[in-house]
Amino acid sequence: MESRFRVLFLILAAQLVLSGCAATKNLFGFGRDEAPPPTAEAPGQVIDPEVERRDIKEPKIDRENFEIGAFAGIMSIEDFGTDLVYGARLAYHLTEGFFVEGTAGQTEAGLTSFESLSGGARLFEDRMLTYYNLNLGYNILPGEGFIGEKRAYNTQFYLIAGLGSTEFAEDDRFTVNFGAGLRLLLNDAWTIRLDFRDHLYDIDILGEEKTVHNLEGTLGFTFFF
Amino acid sequence: MSELSITTIHSTPRPTNLIRAAGLVLFALLAISPGQAEAAKEHRRVAVADPYLEMHTGPGRGYPIFHVVDRGESIEIIMQRTDWFLVRDADGDEGWVDQDQMELTMNPDGSEVDFARAGLEDFTNSKWEMGVLAGDFGGANIVSLYGGYSLNPHVSVEVWGSQILGNFSNGWTASVNVVHETWPDWRVSPFFTLGAGMIWTEPKSTIIQGEDRNDQIGHAGAGFRVYVTRRFLFRAEYKTHVVFTSRNDNEEVEEWKVGFAFFF
Repeated sequence: MESRFRVLFLILAAQLVLSGCAATKNLFGFGRDEAPPPTAEAPGQVIDPEVERRDIKEPKIDRENFEIGAFAGIMSIEDFGTDLVYGARLAYHLTEGFFVEGTAGQTEAGLTSFESLSGGARLFEDRMLTYYNLNLGYNILPGEGFIGEKRAYNTQFYLIAGLGSTEFAEDDRFTVNFGAGLRLLLNDAWTIRLDFRDHLYDIDILGEEKTVHNLEGTLGFTFFF
Repeated sequence: MSELSITTIHSTPRPTNLIRAAGLVLFALLAISPGQAEAAKEHRRVAVADPYLEMHTGPGRGYPIFHVVDRGESIEIIMQRTDWFLVRDADGDEGWVDQDQMELTMNPDGSEVDFARAGLEDFTNSKWEMGVLAGDFGGANIVSLYGGYSLNPHVSVEVWGSQILGNFSNGWTASVNVVHETWPDWRVSPFFTLGAGMIWTEPKSTIIQGEDRNDQIGHAGAGFRVYVTRRFLFRAEYKTHVVFTSRNDNEEVEEWKVGFAFFF
């Protein structure tokens, strides 16, 4: 009898202790459901917002505004024939329309009519023509090119103009160039570039000073990074 | 959506072996490192918060919309080109979304997304600047390239390289300038500059007399920078140079140039 009272007493004592402890209050189904203590929070607030914020490190977004590439084609040098031209270009895309581009290229001059007819007499020895230019371009006609039935490539037709220098006939010559081209985007990084330019400079190697037009047509690859 | 696949980005076939080979050659030639090993890379994720997000086939307003992503869906940002983002949705569709729409997405923690877009404030506070100017240098043409670093919004240091192309002689100059902007927060911001450098001149080959010269050069000048849009600025300046020649008299040369630059 005495032990039964002791058991009852112990149960009561345990219940009191446990009900005082918030964490275990409803652990065994003991105790009444109490109204939550009044707080300043809105009545609908159930989740305690004071959770420690996870420190998320967001991966950086890869920016690919630079375009680099090489090209080859033909370039005609006024009075000096037409030959293979090759070079490299680097562009930075400022907006979807505008880009700035630096280009450098090289070709070799042939003989003028005078040089070939006179037989041997050369106007100058170093026959290389090297140019560089700094340009501003604008993608004027964005579009799409369809090759066959299942392939579509994005294209950009652009206009471009700039200034630079041409090293030819043993002198550097201030050169203005302008032209247009087509960029065919093979995927998000690689493109094929078709480009036509006219390079203008003044030259007096054949007597009178005159402005010459050197036409250039090239095909190349570029890579966005 | 698969019927429309003609116009979707991912219908574009992978580069052929030939292209890849040419690409490898280019890689080797140009020694550029970034590859296209995108697969394992972790991309930033955002959720669409607007009723829908429009995917274009290319990074420009002219390219057609071929797919929309609904509100609540999560998208991966693969890359950014100018103001366009290449994104991939949960189904693997990839397309280009413009910045205005991307601004309306949410971060995974529910906060608003803010993609930095250059503005007038960056024009004042950006650290680096690069530009191209052309004009007149004592009657000859001049083409210049410069790079600048801002020590603070008022003072920056610039390195210039120019080619001078004249009727009688050609040359190069290289100089270091200190530029002071009095009101750097103005849209049209005037500046003053002081600098020193070297000038190399060579007479044209068609001119019989003359010899190549290297001289020191110093200059003072003024000009203004005008914020145009995004990262773009217009710049015009006037400089007066003193060429410290080895002859009895120093030469004075006036230069004016205009051009454009961008900051980053």
